[in-house]
Amino acid sequence: MSVNLQIGEDGRLRHFLSIEGLNRALLTEILDTAESFAGVTEQSVKKVPLLRGRTIVNLFFEASTRTRTTFELAAKRLSADVLNINISASSAVKGETLLDTLRNLEAMHVDMFVVRHADSGTAHFIARHVQPHVSVINAGDGRHAHPTQAMLDIFTIRREKGPDFGRLTVAIVGDIAHSRVARSQIHALNLLNVGELRVVAPRTLIPAHVESLGVRVFHDLHEGLRDADVVIMLRLQRERMEGAMLPSEHEYYRLYGLTRERLATAKPDVTVMHPGPINRGVEMDSHVADGPHSVILEQVTYGIATRMAVMSMAMHPVTGQESHD
Amino acid sequence: MAGELRERVSIDGQTAMVGIHTGGVWVAQRLHSLLGINEPLGVLDISFYRDDFTRIGMNPQVRPSQLPFSVDDRHIILVDDVLHTGRTIRAAMNELFDYGRPASITLAVLVERDGRELPIEAAVTGQHMELGEQEHVKLTGPEPLQLEINRAP
Repeated sequence: MSVNLQIGEDGRLRHFLSIEGLNRALLTEILDTAESFAGVTEQSVKKVPLLRGRTIVNLFFEASTRTRTTFELAAKRLSADVLNINISASSAVKGETLLDTLRNLEAMHVDMFVVRHADSGTAHFIARHVQPHVSVINAGDGRHAHPTQAMLDIFTIRREKGPDFGRLTVAIVGDIAHSRVARSQIHALNLLNVGELRVVAPRTLIPAHVESLGVRVFHDLHEGLRDADVVIMLRLQRERMEGAMLPSEHEYYRLYGLTRERLATAKPDVTVMHPGPINRGVEMDSHVADGPHSVILEQVTYGIATRMAVMSMAMHPVTGQESHD
Repeated sequence: MAGELRERVSIDGQTAMVGIHTGGVWVAQRLHSLLGINEPLGVLDISFYRDDFTRIGMNPQVRPSQLPFSVDDRHIILVDDVLHTGRTIRAAMNELFDYGRPASITLAVLVERDGRELPIEAAVTGQHMELGEQEHVKLTGPEPLQLEINRAP
């Protein structure tokens, strides 16, 4: 499978499928562009005409509120037309194959697909089969990748801590094994040369050979949080767990739940993040989630600017479409 | 140019200046201090308002626009380095109007050349140039500010 599927011959973004296969210059360009889009919310008309006349389809095979609505809002702020298709409520249940669904949507002259699916690799599969002028953005595939979430998290870290990632210690805490968000974050933070990257979780929620990704593994929360600049809490993904990987949520909270007392070992100006949705009293205490270190709602706001950046960069110029009638 | 602007526009509390990235900002910085305008200088990056996005795609070097004042009812002096086709100014005016409703916009440019494609003219001009279709004039800077004429292949 070609990783260059994402980057065109001119070095520009074609599809946005995973952080793997991208380079630091492109990540920085996404962050800088997102910074410009963040200013659009200060306009009285919170909209730019960039993608006027373009059609973007949100193709969601898996439930999502935050990701889908921020993608929708991002597309609308770029003046694109947006179609939301939730597949559980459409043709797939009548037996139509994924490729047939795609062909039918393409026949409606769609320019971009934003895809979420419970199976890893779906966005790559779609990107390999769409017409050349159509771009694909991965909005989460199985346990594999969720690259726009990683980019908005990194954008949030850069806003909070400045552009020098080399002096930062970042701890990702929780269900690493099932988390596409963690995988994308690890790749992105490594590309940006983060100072120290830690994963903190019970043994059953750490994937085998995770050290090969360049992270330090901790099983003790107290140790894992020591002197951290940024703490990213992950949601416990009950829907992706087979069998008893945890004794109980109560037991998990007792050992790995983030409380004010536990946060005290981190740096005094520590930033606490969570991709949402939060299970209060499982991953973290409400005092932390709503406390002064939390930027959880800022993450949601920055998600719009970050997704505007990725969509406008991956959108194909019209010239490629001229041969297509 | 500053002198001419003083004659054309009454500089008061409602006056604000906006430079267009990148060359326009350099020119605007000089004019802004010469005219002693109270409001801080605004900067526009018109990348999101260009009319050629569908042909050439996203500008990879986009910077944030910053207008540190309310645009509503403001007399705005819009500054750019070169006025050529007029398309940049069209984009800049569209962007300004997404921030609010200015009382007026006055255009000042360092160089005014031939080749207009839109009905847009500058009120104040530093220099007029007649150039061939293949010739381009570009301001380089910020230190020193220099005009360069290049012949496109």
